[in-house]
Amino acid sequence: MNPYLPREAEIVSRHEESATTFSLGLRLTDGQPYRFAPGQFNMLYLYGCGEVPISIVGDDPVAGTLSHTIRAVGRVTQGLQQLAVGDRIGLRGPYGRGWPMAAAEGRNLIVVTGGLGCAPSVSIIHHVLDNRARYGHLSILQGVKHADDLIWREQYDAWAALPDVTVGLAADVASPGWHGHVGLVTALFDQVTLQPEQTLAMLCGPEIMMRAAAEQLHARGVAADDIYLSMERNMQCAVGHCGHCQHGGRFVCRDGPVFAWPEVRALLGVRGF
Amino acid sequence: MIKEAGFLARADLQTLLDRLHDLGYRVIGPVVDDAAILYRDIDRVEQLPLGYTDDQAPGSYRLSQVDTPRCFAWADGPHALKPFLFAPRETMWQVARDSDGRLAFSAVDPRPAKALAVVGVRACDLAALALQDRHFLDHVNDPYYEARRAGLFLVAVHCAYPADTCFCASTGDGPRATTGCDLALHELDDGFIVEAASPRGHAVCDGLSLRAIDDDQRRAANDALSEAAHRQFRRLPSTDLHNGLLARLDHPRWEQVASRCLACGSCTSVCPTCFCHAESDAPSLDGNDSEHLREWDSCFSAGHAQLHGFQVRPEIRQRYRQWLTHKLGSWHEQYGRSGCVGCGRCITWCPVGIDITAEANAICADTIEEAP
Repeated sequence: MNPYLPREAEIVSRHEESATTFSLGLRLTDGQPYRFAPGQFNMLYLYGCGEVPISIVGDDPVAGTLSHTIRAVGRVTQGLQQLAVGDRIGLRGPYGRGWPMAAAEGRNLIVVTGGLGCAPSVSIIHHVLDNRARYGHLSILQGVKHADDLIWREQYDAWAALPDVTVGLAADVASPGWHGHVGLVTALFDQVTLQPEQTLAMLCGPEIMMRAAAEQLHARGVAADDIYLSMERNMQCAVGHCGHCQHGGRFVCRDGPVFAWPEVRALLGVRGF
Repeated sequence: MIKEAGFLARADLQTLLDRLHDLGYRVIGPVVDDAAILYRDIDRVEQLPLGYTDDQAPGSYRLSQVDTPRCFAWADGPHALKPFLFAPRETMWQVARDSDGRLAFSAVDPRPAKALAVVGVRACDLAALALQDRHFLDHVNDPYYEARRAGLFLVAVHCAYPADTCFCASTGDGPRATTGCDLALHELDDGFIVEAASPRGHAVCDGLSLRAIDDDQRRAANDALSEAAHRQFRRLPSTDLHNGLLARLDHPRWEQVASRCLACGSCTSVCPTCFCHAESDAPSLDGNDSEHLREWDSCFSAGHAQLHGFQVRPEIRQRYRQWLTHKLGSWHEQYGRSGCVGCGRCITWCPVGIDITAEANAICADTIEEAP
């Protein structure tokens, strides 16, 4: 088996989330089964252009489709944005180590995300809601720079209406009609009832936010080993060979992208690593 | 286990090359090309760099001719084994697009027409090969590397001529080749002490006319290697470099070396252990197919740590620090040892003569030796 060879996938659905963010529903055309764990990613290939690592938001096993939410920020992602339903791309994966969903069973979960609709964290939420009895209270804390950056606003409202789910939203800059907190996402820790010994935290977003969130949760009594975070780096091979994703001695693509905080703490947020 | 096989007279060296050709190998050996000793296809001993030696210093490499009957009286040139196994540029797979937009992916068959036999490999490069093996074969098999590695036959030559830039004795990787080859040669004026290190090596020896080795030859060979180790004056610090470097990420020396470093990537190109590579696509002009390629990349390049509009290492200081802390530090976490084998190529081929041993020593000058 050649680990670098993509499989063909057809775009079966397409949804515009914001001016720069879109979601693609994909179906592998070879009919072979595909399984992934929350927090893992795929390499998506745009014909004639190249590959990009994109985390997997979720799947629909009945329809045999996978969904990815993509921000158009580079050559490949801007190209993918131009595609329509019926177009073909390449896909290989899943890659990496995902969230510790087994270790999280029976615990309360606090999911802290920053940035534009952090896709890796959405897979956690889907997994918990699909297996609701296995998990305790779910807190979803989402921070954005500007209130207008928030995507999936109705989705957050729907989650907030569910029993045993708390949703907190924060924006550094508010806009008319914003009902969430104005400021950093870490300020929302005051709004949730944290039972530190029973809580497992999962962080996703800019490193500086994750570092602050990890430190503050730890100060509130959450064990360092119970804090997990998803790292992002340049990834080209996805199997630990090409070297771009190295963070100290870790290959983020293979050893991560999800790490327990102590594994990456020393270099987390250190400029140049 | 390396075992003495016998003495091969200089006049019979051609029989070794012939034997390797007869066994179906593509034979690679050192030749003088482009004013340096490079590895090229060879079939005649006359192509070897007879009478050549080298003079290496930070940022400088010169060949000269000396009065010796020897063919291996030099230290490594810029070529390591690396380009033969981990290709500088290669196509990984192709994709064809039909008129309906369907994509058909096909992997390139990486198996070479002939297995390689490389003559003249030094101990540092054998150590580097062992590291590249771990990187490309330990977790996920890289099919391209694996296919070229599978049939590789290695004839080492113990290194009696270290350059001023060499420090393999300090890293523990030379000058004697002790493992990882099929045959190893000690070169003396009148011929070679041949040692066999693998069943395939023994089999090749069976076809050579080898004589008994006398004690004087043995002594001369061993003395030359002891002297070669003693002659090396460059050293890496003998301290815990992994923790030592990570504890000094703000040392002013990083800024100083960055003011000299051109971020050209010469060091990473000649380094026998550097493994970074970038992938890219080359679509055909008619738009019907595309090739997916990879080629060597360098942590000194601007694109290496580029992330959707965010550059993890915008400054040369950060790139040099990444290279050194990885090479001498993080490799311990990844592969249980330093990523430096003491070949000194990065010192010789740096256009401004930056010396990895000088930088590591300056940064770690006050490191306290860890208790064993």
